[in-house]
Amino acid sequence: MITSRHEDDALVIAGQRFDSRLLTGTGKFSDWRTMADAILASGSGLVTVALRRVDLGDPADSMMSHLSPSAYRILPNTSGARDAGEAVRIARLARAAGGFDWIKLEVTPEPNYMLPDPVETLKAAEMLVKDGFTVLPYINADPMLARRLEEAGCATVMPLGAPIGTSRGLRTRDQIGIIIEQSFVPVVVDAGLGLPSHAAEAMEMGADACLVNTAIAIADDPVRMARAFAAGVRAGREAFLAGHGGTSRLAQPSSPESGHVRGD
Amino acid sequence: MAALADRIDSTTGEQVRRALAMERPGPKEVAALVSPASRAFLPEIERRARQVTLHRFGRVVQLFAPLYLSNRCTNRCAYCGFAADSDIRRADLTPVRALENARILHEQGFRHVLLVTGEDPAYYGAGDIEAVVRVVSDLFHSISIEVFPMSAQDYAHLAAAGVDGLTLYQETYDLATYAAVHLGGRKRSYEHRLEAMEHGGGAGFRTLGIGALLGLSFWRTEAVVLAMHAAYLSRRFWRSRVALSFPRLVDAGRGFPVAHPVSDDDLSHMMCALRLALPDAEMVVSTREPAWLRDRLVGLAVTRMSAGSRTSPDGYITSGAGQQFSVLDDRTPAQVADMLALAGYDPVFKDLDRALRAR
Repeated sequence: MITSRHEDDALVIAGQRFDSRLLTGTGKFSDWRTMADAILASGSGLVTVALRRVDLGDPADSMMSHLSPSAYRILPNTSGARDAGEAVRIARLARAAGGFDWIKLEVTPEPNYMLPDPVETLKAAEMLVKDGFTVLPYINADPMLARRLEEAGCATVMPLGAPIGTSRGLRTRDQIGIIIEQSFVPVVVDAGLGLPSHAAEAMEMGADACLVNTAIAIADDPVRMARAFAAGVRAGREAFLAGHGGTSRLAQPSSPESGHVRGD
Repeated sequence: MAALADRIDSTTGEQVRRALAMERPGPKEVAALVSPASRAFLPEIERRARQVTLHRFGRVVQLFAPLYLSNRCTNRCAYCGFAADSDIRRADLTPVRALENARILHEQGFRHVLLVTGEDPAYYGAGDIEAVVRVVSDLFHSISIEVFPMSAQDYAHLAAAGVDGLTLYQETYDLATYAAVHLGGRKRSYEHRLEAMEHGGGAGFRTLGIGALLGLSFWRTEAVVLAMHAAYLSRRFWRSRVALSFPRLVDAGRGFPVAHPVSDDDLSHMMCALRLALPDAEMVVSTREPAWLRDRLVGLAVTRMSAGSRTSPDGYITSGAGQQFSVLDDRTPAQVADMLALAGYDPVFKDLDRALRAR
């Protein structure tokens, strides 16, 4: 029901509720304290962590010690995996070492633009779903791939707005629009969102959530930027729920002229 | 090379401005960006480099340590402390002794290591290196090698044993200079060395490290060819990340004159120009450089640094064996990490996982 959606607008992924529609990452920060403060300020409840950066076997690992598992759902990612085999291996490591069974699937064999490999991503997703993981795959904004991943049992699809770390905004806007239109699972726009307005734009289109890392981490004031993104995501979501009237190239008077009595 | 040097030298300020106006200057623009005319634009080049580095890599710098396994060498490179005719104490590490050195690095916090040897494969070959890789494997999440040119098969074996990075400097891309300073041994062949990087790319190493030994030839021309080499490797071996190193010739006690000195500003200029053309390349600065300069280069272009380096075999336990070069930044790894933190950078000791390394 529309009313309940207004009153209770939680993001639900694989049956779990999140109050915030902003997901955050942990890379590129100058120090763990700043990272932790920024994530807190973002209001995010789902935080992704690169397994290649942490030592899950070490309870004193400095990054993990700054992220309370009671405050956040930690979403390990397979960053660094170049094929399905490596992604599956690292996901299993996360489960064995830390009991993590949600995984952000990233298979990016090309180290420069770090674009996800669709073939290996689908292959890995099928294996991980079969293994009982809740899989959130990072993909290029490819509607067909999104459908195939949904069919494979993925919990979300996470299309990129622009190559990771570029802050170029919604360069894949039209394709993301198709994915939003066709998906039954939450669509999380991931990568390339450099400004809160980019995140707002994605949410206005009907994306279910945004994931932001670089733009927050490299800001002069990451905590403030995290708040700005949270506000951008909320604003875009509110506009979507409010049923915005879209945009037009033609001027439209804000006081309708039709029906006015004209004097002759 | 002469034609290239002419093109660089005759670059106008307008051409530099045009290169800088591009959203993404490519390797073709490096000639303009390192030209004498570009020196007037250095503040702008540095500003752009800082911005690109921050965007692509964030506020982090990776730390690693070299582990010298052998200083035996059959080459006669006029500039190198390990040269066959250099009067130094030779030494090489057994796997057990290498492990003892590796444990010290591990205790210092290192999880990325670079294994280094000279070139004497009959005495210390691919099999010896592989034996070391296997015994130190559990201590490190990333193992790179900077050894001698190998066959595709040897590289494949090492990759399978868990080596994820290959570094092999061409030393100079100027053929005449190359011939003049490489006086004996297998290294006399420019092509043999260049081809080895192809074999390494084919073996699937995650990182392919290249560089020119700065001071041998003109740095501006070296920068242009280095950028072309890097761009080629990225395109051909698209699964590998290219890493660029910028070793400047330092005195190895052989009285070798530096024919083309590279100033601190030149070094910074070269790194920043290449950063604009190769935004995703790792850039490495070693302890050959003084502390103050390394600190300055952080943030501009550098993404990886060695720290606490000992440049002789067994150097983390004993001294006495001949070293390749003398270290100018002798701060401990902890001191370098503190410097990075103070400068607003996260010192990263682990940026790979052995689960991603093992085949």
